[in-house]
Parts: sequence; C-alpha cells; structure tokens
Amino acid sequence: MAAIGWLRIHLFSSALNSILTILIVAVLAWVLPGIFSWLIWDAVWGPQQPAACEAARGEGACWSVVWAKIRFMMFGTYPFGEQWRSGATIFVLTGLIVVSAIRWFWNRWLIAIWMVGIALSFWLMGGGLGLTPVKAEQWGGLPVTLILAIFGIGFAFPLGILLALGRRSQLPVIQAFSVIYIEAIRGVPLITVLFMASVMFALFMPEGMRIEQLLRAQIAIVLFIAAYMAEAVRGGLQAVPRGQYEAAEALGLSYWRAMGLIILPQALKISIPPIVNIFISVFKDTSLVVIIGIYDFAYAVKKSVETDIAWRNYIVEAFLFSILIYWIYCFAMSKYSQWLEGQLARGERR
Amino acid sequence: MLNNERTRGIVWQILLIAAVGSVGWYLFTNTLHNLSTRQIQVGFAFLGREAGFEIAENRIEFDPSMSYARAFAVGILNTLHVAAIGIVIATVLGTLVGISRLSSNWLLARLASAYVEVMRNIPLLLQLFVWYGLFTMLPGVRQSISAGEWLFLNQRGLRVAWPAPHEAWTAMLWAALAAVALMLLWRRYARKRQAATGQPLPVFWPSIALLAGLPALTWALLGAPTSIEYPKLAGFNFQGGINVTPEFMTLLIGLSTYTSAFIAEVVRAGILAVDRGQGEAAMSLGLSPGHRLRLVTLPQALRVIIPPMTSQYLNLTKNSSLAVAVGYPDLVSIANTTMNQTGQALEAIAILMGVYLTISLTISFFMNWYNQRVRLVER
Repeated sequence: MAAIGWLRIHLFSSALNSILTILIVAVLAWVLPGIFSWLIWDAVWGPQQPAACEAARGEGACWSVVWAKIRFMMFGTYPFGEQWRSGATIFVLTGLIVVSAIRWFWNRWLIAIWMVGIALSFWLMGGGLGLTPVKAEQWGGLPVTLILAIFGIGFAFPLGILLALGRRSQLPVIQAFSVIYIEAIRGVPLITVLFMASVMFALFMPEGMRIEQLLRAQIAIVLFIAAYMAEAVRGGLQAVPRGQYEAAEALGLSYWRAMGLIILPQALKISIPPIVNIFISVFKDTSLVVIIGIYDFAYAVKKSVETDIAWRNYIVEAFLFSILIYWIYCFAMSKYSQWLEGQLARGERR
Repeated sequence: MLNNERTRGIVWQILLIAAVGSVGWYLFTNTLHNLSTRQIQVGFAFLGREAGFEIAENRIEFDPSMSYARAFAVGILNTLHVAAIGIVIATVLGTLVGISRLSSNWLLARLASAYVEVMRNIPLLLQLFVWYGLFTMLPGVRQSISAGEWLFLNQRGLRVAWPAPHEAWTAMLWAALAAVALMLLWRRYARKRQAATGQPLPVFWPSIALLAGLPALTWALLGAPTSIEYPKLAGFNFQGGINVTPEFMTLLIGLSTYTSAFIAEVVRAGILAVDRGQGEAAMSLGLSPGHRLRLVTLPQALRVIIPPMTSQYLNLTKNSSLAVAVGYPDLVSIANTTMNQTGQALEAIAILMGVYLTISLTISFFMNWYNQRVRLVER
C-alpha cells in the first residue's frame, strides 16, 4: 500500500504529471533496450580478436578494444617494463586527492604531504636514485593527466592567493597589475594559452635553451588556473567581516601576519568549495593538451586505437571507456564538493 | 622611514614594476634576438598576403586567393555563428532541464539530474570526439537516412530542404527586427500611460500580432515566394537545400549539451533563490498567476540567474575554440593554419587573444551595466 501511495504522490499527483510519467516511461521503454543491448548484452567482452567484434558490428559494442589497448591507454609511450611505476604514480596522486579531501588533514601537514606526494610521483615517473631514468617525452596516459591537474592546482594555489591579495590591495600599481592579469587570462580560452606555451615559449627563451613540451604545458596550466584561483580566494576575502581586519590592525599585526594568521585562514575556508570546482574543471580541461600533442589520457586513448587498423573502427568504444574514467573522478569530486558545502555552511548556521 | 606605511607601499610597488619590467625586457630582447636569427619579420603586413588555403565553411565569400585578413574574418564569423546558435539551444535545453529538476514528478526530476551529472562531469573534448565518431559511423551518401524528400543524414552531414533564395526572406528578417523595436516602443508607451492615467493598455497580444504580422505582411507584399529547394542526389553528393557539415553539427551538439547542464544548475539555483513568501504575498495581493510570475517571481529569479548565465555564455564562446580538434574552421583553427604557413606565431596569437578578450570584455561590460540596473536598492 505504501508503494501505491508513493506512486500517487510522486508520479501521478495531477493529470499533467500522469501524462508526463506515461510519456517518459514510453520513451524510456523505446530507447533503453536498444542502448543496453548495444552497451552490454550484445557487446563483445573480454580479450577477443578483432574478428569477433567485426561479427557483432552494429549490434553490440566492442569492449575487447579496451583489453587489447589498456596498457597504452593508461600509460602511453612509457617504457613497457617500467610501467608499474606509472601505475604507482596513479595511486600516489589519486591518494593525494583523497587525503586532501579529508578535513582531518587540513592543517600545515597537508603542505608537507603535498610536497612528499609531488616529489614521490616525480621520482617514480622520471627515475633516478636507483630507478632507470625516463624522459618526460615518454610519459603518457592517466599519470600525465593527473600530474597536469594536481601539480597545476598545487602551484597555482600560492600564486592565486598572491593575486587575490594584490587585487584587494590599496597600492594602485599592485592592484592594477593583478586586475589586468586576472581579467586578461579569464578572457581567453585555455587553448590560446597552451598555443602560446607550445609555439611562443621558444621565442621568449634565450637561444639554445630547450624546455620539455610537458613542462611548458604545465606552466601554461598553472598560470591559467592562478587567475581563476585568485577569484575564488577573493570571494573568500570579501566574505570575511570588516571587523576582523580592524581587529587585526588594532592588535598591531603587520600586513603579512594579519593576513597569514587572521584573514586567510577564514577566507580560505570559505573558498574551498569553489576551489574544488576549479579543480574539477581543470581535471577535465587538461584534456585540451591533446591539441598541442601531449600524450595525456585522452590522447593516449585516441592514438592507441587510431594507429591500429585492426581496431580503428572501435574508437567510439575506446572514448566511452576513457569517458567512464574521467567521469568517475569528476563525479566523485563534484559530489564531495556538494557535501562539503553543506558541511561548511553548517558551522555558520545558528 | 622604513616603518612608515606609505614609504613601504611605494617601495613594494617600485619593486613590482622593476621585477615585471626586467622580466619583460629580458623576454623582449630574447624574442628580438630569436626573431632576427630565424629571419622572421615582425608585423601585421602578412595579413595582406594571399592566404592560399581552402576554408571548408564560410559565411562570407572566401577563396584561397584572398588575403589572410579575410581568412581571419571568416574564422571570427564561424566562431560567432556556432557560439550564437549554441547559446540559444543551450539556454532552451538548460532551462527545460533546470525546471524539470524541480518538478514534482519524481521520474522527470531524476532523469534531469542524471542528465546534468553525466554531461557536466565529462571533458567537453571527449564528448566532441564521441559525437564526431558517431557521425563518421553514419551511412554513406547513397544509403542516407532520410525523412521524405526533406531531410537526408549521412557521413557528409545533414541536408535539409530550404526555401529557394528570394529577396522576400531577407526583407522578412528586417521586418522582424522592426517589429521588435516597435514592440518595445509600444510597451514603453503603455507603461507611461498607465503610470500617468492608471489605465492599462494591452501589451501581450499587440506584441504577438506585431511579431507575427509584420514579417507575414512583408512576405505577402514581396510576392509570397513558396518554392522550396529539395536536396537531389547528383553524382557523389546531394545538390540543393542547405548542408550542415558533420564538423559543425558535432561542435554545436557538443557545446550546447555540455553548457546546458551548467545552465540547468544556474536556472535551478535562481528559482530556488526566490523566497516562497514573495509568491504568497503576490497571491494575497490578488495578482493572476501570469502576473505573479512576470511581475514578482521572474524579476527576482533573473537577478540571480543572469550573472552566472552570462559567464556560461562566455564559457561556451571560449569553448568553441575546441573546434580545432574536430576540424571546424573557427578562429583558432584559422590562426593555427596561418601560424604553420607563415611562421607569424606572435601576431597570430595576438590576434586570437585580442578577439577573445574583446568578446569577453564587451559581454562583461554589458553584464556590469545590467547588474547596476537590477541591483537591489537598499536604504
């Protein structure tokens, strides 16, 4: 009986709602079976030959392409025998995200944890100290995506704080510089900044100085996110009540001590949800490095299938697989961000 | 001296100027040196030279013998074209999804939130790749999926029957614009009169009549053309009607569905932001449901909705730069080709950034103006 009551309230509360419900059920009944049979029931699963997929073509998806290409998709052109290091980097960096999400770690130690995490993944990927060195040109796949996003947000964080403070500064030159930087960066698409890094960097540097393509993209991403980060932090700074600034001044604290001890701890807490959202969009946007030819996860997936005639026809399946991986990361983080917003708002409620 | 706040402020600023200046000077001299060793001429003179490449889609006439400047113009128009249509579709779709998420119908609300959670958590680039992959899986020209004689969908894109060119169609467009202007004037007059005399004038129906009537009248006066061009299979491809390329469709679908997920959230937040008491107060004043929505709820919801909505529009426009990944000739891909052909990277990127900055700053300027207008006036 309870079920019927629930149906009446949620699906058939009015004539319009009843029509809507019936219409939606009809459309779903029409569309879903086809989609599911293509995705799951009629699909080719497991490590099979391209011929098996050819037979099922048009009827079902070919997930065997993922089995066949998984190593290249995940690790790109990283030396085959050393790929456990790439795998370990994925764990270290994902772990870094998880640790940063736990409120218990939100203190000075988090900075230390990040430094260790970044150094560790750098060592694992690059080698040295007992590991065979691997050049950055050979890095690829999911670790590169994670590195671009995590290093990006990590280095943009201090830069963003400085820019936000600069934008709210009383000193006209510093304020003007910050405003111009923030607005100019926010006004252009990431691709143009990546192009600049990829094409123009060579012009800016002294002759003969070569910088890895990956590092150039990383610098571009850091400089790009810093502007967005600055706006998130500025929002936090604006939300700190004036009395706090005045109280800090009355205590005779210098500008930097007032900011570091009184204002920023409060402002950053308010800025955390927008910063998480920036991280999600950075994580998605790192895929744009495809356009300047860096082997991130999206490009590794694309190349792994495109270059193999036997599997070439199943590129949509390969993309769907990579979409699933991206989606898991982004969905988890966006759910976390929503939950966190509620948690942080709870402290403000009386 | 050093303890004086003003002196220290000045010292900090001088330091910043010195730092930025010296870094800038360093990069500048490096660039000059590199340019001279590579024998690249700096300047925008190359814009006048013959471009020498084809552009697959153009809103204005273009052929390879025309200049680079013309090619850039084509690119800018292509960017604006896809962005403008994308914004319209994304707004309609996003508003529908946003309202659906608040629906009392459980199934509809769940469906809408699933849509939002799926769409906004996948990189746009990958969505474009998948859409493009799906388009390449479509049948060839001879096996087109068709709807009567009107519509043909195949690997080469979408062919749709379209009215044969006639001067009446352009005239109708102008008539529609004139109708909008007249409508606004009439609305202003009606308001003024109501404020002065208290007598309301009808606004809604006259507006509809203007919007529909004026273009229809123009059409009838200019000979009422009815001939329609149907796509016909000729040789290896269709002739007649209009063709929408797979690249354009990929970009349009990708951009508008991706952005619609964000717009849905904006709309939902805006509707939730209006206090329930406002609607109830309007009801107790005896306003009709239409008036309640138009005079009380919407103005308050729009104040919350419009700023984030504009930034979504800006995002869509900036994201249209992903066109380069699917081969739609937007501004970025024209700039890219130019860069490869001429080596004028500095200038091409300057043009790119200049154009995007102009678009962004113009929109934020209007945004600020609007915000000033609708700001809550408090004591």
